[in-house]
Amino acid sequence: MVTLNVNGTARTFDGDEDMPLLWYLRDDLRLTGTRFGCGAGLCGACTVHVNGAAVRACQTPLKSLAGKKVVTIEGLSADGSHPLQRAWAQHNVAQCGYCQTGQIMQAAALLDKTPNPADADIDRVMAGNICRCGTYQRIRAAIKTAAATPKGTRA
Amino acid sequence: MSPASHSLIRDAVQNVSRRRFLEGVLSAGALVVAAQVFPESAWAQDAAVRTRAQASPLNPTVYLGVDTDGTVYIVTHRSEMGTGIRTTLPLVAADELDADWKRCTIEQGLGDAKYGDQNTDGSRSVRDFYDAFRRAGASARAMLVSAAAAQWSVPASECTTANHEVVHRASNRRLGYGALVPAAAKLPAPDPDTLRFKARDAWTFVGKEREIYDLGDIVTGKAQFGLDVFRDGMVHASVEHPPVLGGTIKSMNDTETKKVRGVQQTVALDTFTAPHMFQPLGGVAVIADSTWAALQGRKRLSVEWNDGPHASYTSDAFTQQLAATVQKPGKMCRDHGNVETEFAKGGRVIEATYTTPMAAHASMEPPAAVAEFVNGKVTIWAPTQDPQTVQATVAALTGIDKKDVTVHVTLLGGGFGRKSKPDYCAEAAVLSKKLGKPVKVTWTREDDLKFDFYHAAAAVYHKAAVDGRGKPTAWLSRSAFQPIQSTFEAGAVYPDSGELDLGFTDLPYDVPNIRAENGPADAHVRIGWFRAVTNNFHVFASGSFADELAHAAGRDPLEFLLDLIGPGHVLDLKAQNTKYQNYGAPLDKYPLDTRRLRRVLEVAAEKAAWGKRKSGSGWGMGITAHYSFNSYVASAVEVEMDGKGGFRVPRVHQVVDCGVVINPDRVRAQMEGAAVMGVGLARTGEITALNGRIQQSNFHQFRVPRMNDAPVQVDVHFVESGNLPTGVGEPGVPPVVAALGNAVFAASGTRVRALPLAKAKLG
Repeated sequence: MVTLNVNGTARTFDGDEDMPLLWYLRDDLRLTGTRFGCGAGLCGACTVHVNGAAVRACQTPLKSLAGKKVVTIEGLSADGSHPLQRAWAQHNVAQCGYCQTGQIMQAAALLDKTPNPADADIDRVMAGNICRCGTYQRIRAAIKTAAATPKGTRA
Repeated sequence: MSPASHSLIRDAVQNVSRRRFLEGVLSAGALVVAAQVFPESAWAQDAAVRTRAQASPLNPTVYLGVDTDGTVYIVTHRSEMGTGIRTTLPLVAADELDADWKRCTIEQGLGDAKYGDQNTDGSRSVRDFYDAFRRAGASARAMLVSAAAAQWSVPASECTTANHEVVHRASNRRLGYGALVPAAAKLPAPDPDTLRFKARDAWTFVGKEREIYDLGDIVTGKAQFGLDVFRDGMVHASVEHPPVLGGTIKSMNDTETKKVRGVQQTVALDTFTAPHMFQPLGGVAVIADSTWAALQGRKRLSVEWNDGPHASYTSDAFTQQLAATVQKPGKMCRDHGNVETEFAKGGRVIEATYTTPMAAHASMEPPAAVAEFVNGKVTIWAPTQDPQTVQATVAALTGIDKKDVTVHVTLLGGGFGRKSKPDYCAEAAVLSKKLGKPVKVTWTREDDLKFDFYHAAAAVYHKAAVDGRGKPTAWLSRSAFQPIQSTFEAGAVYPDSGELDLGFTDLPYDVPNIRAENGPADAHVRIGWFRAVTNNFHVFASGSFADELAHAAGRDPLEFLLDLIGPGHVLDLKAQNTKYQNYGAPLDKYPLDTRRLRRVLEVAAEKAAWGKRKSGSGWGMGITAHYSFNSYVASAVEVEMDGKGGFRVPRVHQVVDCGVVINPDRVRAQMEGAAVMGVGLARTGEITALNGRIQQSNFHQFRVPRMNDAPVQVDVHFVESGNLPTGVGEPGVPPVVAALGNAVFAASGTRVRALPLAKAKLG
């Protein structure tokens, strides 16, 4: 039995505690914005926040989450108004869109720690998130746009 | 599978294979009165629900309807895998209708032949359906104008349209589209031949930047891909496939599998009957309550396989063999002038052989599908590039009629050609029929990489006789690669002629003697279309060779290439003993015009400031131009050596002439992405096999570009023209591959003739 908090809601999980968070989010809670890409922590499509840090949900067993706060793309903002989501729209970043939720969650964790990242910071932190469509230059631009958003207007 | 159903599937699927190259004529331009019923969204519970376009009173074509509240419903029948097609074609219709984009709602069409072709590949959605969507908008507009004119008792010719209204300027009257729908709906749909299209200067959407329709859903996680479909009572399946193509189960022990909490059972699946086409591979399916339980159960499965003959396939030796094949004469596929006479003259001859490995599509969403088989009918939800081929394949495998296969197309988390082959959809359908429950099949990344329809491995040989200035007077090319034809014809070692047209028989240079030959190659694994298909290796070879010829002559590569192209003309390949299919497009409407090729090259050189900075000392620029999928793209790639044998790509310029540009932002996006994929394909895109087994299992072994090694900046430029619009999904990739190789040579002095670049010793 694991008690955790997902997007502000208390949850109790009673199943195989070795199951990665990814499948709990997707199959049980139907929070499908967290994507399955590799199952091995190699692509970042399943990136979520656990106690504010970006983690790969496919590598995070439920047993490690007792008392933890999980935030998924669905919980990043109530209405898509997070500065990163707005910047993503402004730059028309997405092509197929599949990896973009993981990219945004990774970028959000980056901006929390490094509000004004240099290119090298962005490249280092975002290198774990694959986009097969190749939208990297727009992702970088969108992160910079979000970083430049005045603090008061951040969600 | 019975022989009868086998021939059914073969007929259906072979049409698809030919269609890619042959089909240029579509019924899509006609105004079809909708009779079929449709669900209102891809996730509607009931297939008998009509599209809202069709349920609207004003519904002049299958692609568009206008409701009395003024809402315009536009149906996209092509699949969205990242090109933006779900936005692009509706923009064309909305423009002709003079609609307010905010009042347009897009619906995804089910698989249905009434839409015309739905196989979203070959970069031809815009080329083949631009007219159909213009007609859809123009028809509705004509009917709304007629209705307004009648109401005002004025000639229709005095009425104009703007922003969702019909306007009569002389009397300063205007009526919204919604209010006019009841009257307009009573009018006959106009004769397609009398339709008048807007003048170019009146276009409201075409040529303007527009964000993709699904963007809001994508950034909030609401966008629904194939993996996001759930059905009541659904079980999850994960399939252990035979590791060698065509392998069968020798013995299987699922005792440990069944001990896994949540596992329900295992199901042995038949291996396909050759040719494999799009049939499932066979193997053992683990059925469970959840994805996780299915995956865990599969880990505990013990299967021994009969491998069959393809266990002989080892890619290193195979590539050597391909390289040997192209040293020998092959089947003629283009013959112009007489190369042998020229070679016999004893002048200077230059030759080179290039090899490229297999590659995997590796779309971010692995193959996945949900199927629900009930009472002899099946409904499928899948990220598929071609719902009609899903229908044909599933119908044949489950012994039902195509019309009883309902296919909902979800968003695709990438496709690149992989998802035009519906083996994974068929797996779900076969399992659902066996189990009597809805089934979701989820492929893992390991499944995706080990059981792809791979981009073929290839060897290409070029030989040129050159004159005193180093310009070729004769050019012989030979190509050998695993043929896609083997997917449709068991044991085929030669490709369909369409596979040879892509950057091989259409070598666009002004050389008086040209010959192209093709050698045989076994496939051993499933081979399929990968973004830009055989263009990638053909242009890597011809673009590298042109660069080698320039350097051999001591000439500037750009100046040499422009000389090779010459002043430009329409290339008449049919006169040169080719079966040139021109990507399925008629040559009179879509000629291969080397003046356009020359122009993109000139613009690329100008934008990239070619020649301003001298190549060498660890920095270099390479350039190539190429015609593919009826579009023209030139790439200028910069390379900077890192001093450790590696390199970075600080900048790529892509110049595209795709005729009329509908949504410039999406064309730019495709060219940006193509630069990234092209660089990745050339640098690390390698799938290898040992004893018939694929050796790469995940992204640590099949490496694709990441933010820290992708091109840093891609600048996209347009050569605007009034030519018919053509596709952009694929043409951006091939010239990047070649230009990168040339840039690596310019920067490092090392000519790499065997991809991937990551394996070469540079500088």
